[in-house]
Amino acid sequence: MKYIDEYRDGRLAKEIARQIAALADPARAYYFMEFCGGHTHAISRYGLEDLLPANVRMIHGPGCPVCVLPIGRIDAAIALAMRPKITLCTYGDLMRVPGSNGSSLLKAKAAGADIRMVYSTLDALRIAEAELEREVVFFAIGFETTTPPTALALKAAIAKGLGNFSIFCNHVLTPAAIQNILESPDVRKLGTIKIDGFVGPAHVSTVIGTEPYEFFAGKFQKPVVVAGFEPLDVIQAILMLVRQVNDGRHEVENQYIRAVTALGNEKAQAEVANFFELRESFEWRGLGEVPYGALRLRPQYVAYDAEKRFSMVTPAAKDNPACECGAILRGVKKPADCKLFGTVCTSDTPIGSCMVSAEGACAAHWTYGRFRKKARQVDVGRAVA
Amino acid sequence: MLPDNMAKVTLDGVSKIVSTALIDDVRPGDYLVLHVGYALAKINPEEAERTLALIRQAAAMGDAG
Repeated sequence: MKYIDEYRDGRLAKEIARQIAALADPARAYYFMEFCGGHTHAISRYGLEDLLPANVRMIHGPGCPVCVLPIGRIDAAIALAMRPKITLCTYGDLMRVPGSNGSSLLKAKAAGADIRMVYSTLDALRIAEAELEREVVFFAIGFETTTPPTALALKAAIAKGLGNFSIFCNHVLTPAAIQNILESPDVRKLGTIKIDGFVGPAHVSTVIGTEPYEFFAGKFQKPVVVAGFEPLDVIQAILMLVRQVNDGRHEVENQYIRAVTALGNEKAQAEVANFFELRESFEWRGLGEVPYGALRLRPQYVAYDAEKRFSMVTPAAKDNPACECGAILRGVKKPADCKLFGTVCTSDTPIGSCMVSAEGACAAHWTYGRFRKKARQVDVGRAVA
Repeated sequence: MLPDNMAKVTLDGVSKIVSTALIDDVRPGDYLVLHVGYALAKINPEEAERTLALIRQAAAMGDAG
């Protein structure tokens, strides 16, 4: 397909990798975090880490909406869906996220709850229109990319006078999370990961633009290169980051100029601003409470806010104590460092959220990374020992 | 193009109806960045070509090195 295939040219990728190897100072190491799960997936799928020199390493960030959703929110959604007359609509990758005590939306559905998987907020809206006797709740999750679609669904529901449609809002914000990774005292306690720069998200940046990254590129003196999701995009962004580090620069650069502008999609931003406001604090799985890191519906739309409308409570819930998703999401540990990885926790039987979504670091490593030669040697070594 | 800010798109041969309510000036033949059934941005053909030229240039430098 046009604009896809030409960005997947393996020969060009190898040449750029050689260029990176030539530019990278052998006396130092370069650690770059790709914030977004879409990049994590691309890096694993196309084996980009194997093309890079040993002193240029990628750290997988927390930009996977399913992965950072705390267990308590899943428990709250399941409890709601078990109530009579409630229809809970959700994106597919939430269905298998483990809640407390081995529960999940999929298991709740099997037990009789009316939970439906939708591709788009418009599908949820159609269900609400067709089944006026049901209370249709959209389980809204995601970063700046999925928030405008939620806003438009709400706008349409209000325009159509649909009184049986509401939103369980779990939308979160990218810049707040990146800042949290760099400055949270909790992260420092766990062992700070050295980060020399960031690969900035692709689709998120089509909405917010490159401008929001300027603040922390300046404050924390870290370069940011916004990159597309294709393998050549990612490897070119890494080359741009190496150049910035070598030059002592910490600028926001845009590799994904074919879709991202400085100011982003202002129409989408305006729709979001109409319906949502910042939460003072919101729990992120793996990062803890992130100040101003999430959104809720504005008070005038309280009738459409499922949390208020159904007096939902978010119970305190703990992850499986052996699960390393928290440390993996902060980039402190790698999937293979977790003793559950590949033993009890696989993509068929996920224990932690990083194994559920295709964008999660564990799922990406399980699907692609574990077949890498180096990883295989390590596995064999362990099996023998 | 369809009524109510909707449009029919093909993704490598798969047809899908998506919303174009978040972007302006969509025309038949445009390439769109899609996310959960909504177009978030249009691909700018000139910038796409410029990116590829830069990538090829960087790759050629690697060749020389």
